[in-house]
This record gives sequence, structure tokens and C-alpha cells, in this order.
Amino acid sequence: MQPWICSLIGGVLIGISAVLLMASMGRIAGISGIASSLLTGAPDRGWRIVFLVGLLAAPWLLSLVQGESAIGAPVVSWPWMAVAGLLVGLGTRLGSGCTSGHGVCGVARLSRRSLLATALFVAAGMATVFVIRHLLGVMGA
Amino acid sequence: MKLGTALLAGLLFGLGLSLSGMTSPAVVLGFLDIAGAWNPRLLFVMAGAVITTAIGYRWVWRGGRPWFDDAFHVPDATRFDQRLVLGALLFGIGWGIAGYCPGPALASLSGGYASVFVLVGCMALGWWLGARVPAPKNG
Repeated sequence: MQPWICSLIGGVLIGISAVLLMASMGRIAGISGIASSLLTGAPDRGWRIVFLVGLLAAPWLLSLVQGESAIGAPVVSWPWMAVAGLLVGLGTRLGSGCTSGHGVCGVARLSRRSLLATALFVAAGMATVFVIRHLLGVMGA
Repeated sequence: MKLGTALLAGLLFGLGLSLSGMTSPAVVLGFLDIAGAWNPRLLFVMAGAVITTAIGYRWVWRGGRPWFDDAFHVPDATRFDQRLVLGALLFGIGWGIAGYCPGPALASLSGGYASVFVLVGCMALGWWLGARVPAPKNG
């Protein structure tokens, strides 16, 4: 199958997941919000933990069915992974959302804040890749 | 029922990320690399997810209340503030460095790459630190 068709179908599945979470829990399917609230003592932790278990298990189950891993290798060295992780964590907490909470759920309900956040993080991501790959000329950082 | 539904939602989300190529940082960075060999797959993921969610939310909200809660919890803030702008920019820089946003990072843990654990550990530290930044006075 064409990669873009797989991506479109995958996107629809993510959307169905978001709709299911709204219909059942009445909550936004924001991964950073769901996961980070477990660290900061949110009430009603049970469904959040189980949701994350499903999120972690799915690629592994798919690998068993397909016979090959759906998980790609990291492309930067571990110190850069550490820096990236810290920025992603801090940024999504300060900005109240990530690609799922702002980019999918927020944009779907035409939230002004989410539209701005999504435009900013996509632009910042593109600028960062441009600097790393084309100005500094390092492919794998 | 409630936990079963949450598990199903998590599985669907993880399956969607895997099928769509988002658990491959090379594919994500390919989308962000507009001056290189641009890879549009992330755009198709977002289109599929946003359109499905936009239609589904409107259908769900007509139901009055969720199955396992008394009300829908939808953020009602509309103001732009420094936290939102600074947060989104920092997140975007981190995303552009390694090609992982929070969902794919967590979903990639079972891949067995040690540095993904490093990234997720540092992401959790970032969430913890971010929760300690005081809210703006006029927020």
C-alpha cells in the first residue's frame, strides 16, 4: 500500500481514538496532558494509566502480527535525545499540549490557542531541522 | 467498561501512530525538513485525524454527557499568553532535534532502543519541571 494511504488510515484511527475518549471520559486525547498529569497527581488515574498501556502495547502487537517492527530507529545520539526530551517535556507542559492535544483535538475544535500553538511548534520544528541539516550541515546531529 | 474503553482508545491511538509511520523519527524529521527531501506523510496523518475528530466531536457533543463522567471537559481558555507561545516554541525545537513528540516517544518504548528511554525520562523530567513554573499573575 502507498505510504500516504497508510498515513491517512493511521490518522483516521487516531481520530477515532480521540472521539472515543471524548464520548466515554469527556476528555481531550492529549498524550502530554494524560501522561504528565500522572506525574503531578491528577485524580482519576486509572483510565489514564490503562490508555497509556494500550498506546505502548499497540506497536508491539503490530510487530508480532507483521513480523517486523513498526518502530524506527532513533536518528540522533543519546545526548541529543536527552536534550530533545527535556525540551519536549517542558514545552508541552508550559504550552498545555502537544501534537495530539493541540494539533489534532484543538485544531479539530478550531481552538484559537491550539491553532497558534500548532503553527508555532511546526514552524519551530522546521526551523530547527533547517538549522541542523542545512546551516550546520549535520545529518544525524 | 470504563477501563476497557480506555484500553481500546489507547490501542487505537498506538496502532494509528505505528501504521502511519509516526513511530519512525526519520519520517517525522522528513516532514519538518522542507528544504530537503520533504516527506508529506505527517500531513496525511494530521488530515485524517483532524477531519475524523472534527466530525466525531460534534456528533458526540450532541449526546449531552459522556458515558463515564458528568460533563465534557473541554479547555475554555481563549487568551494567548507567554506560556503558550514559549511552550510551543520549546516543544517545536525539541521535536525538530530528535523527531519525537510525546505520543510516538511513548509508543516507541517497546522498540528496545535505549536512547528512547533516555528521551522519555528527560521528557518526564521536563513535565515535572514545567509544572513548577508559576502561572502568570494575570493569566
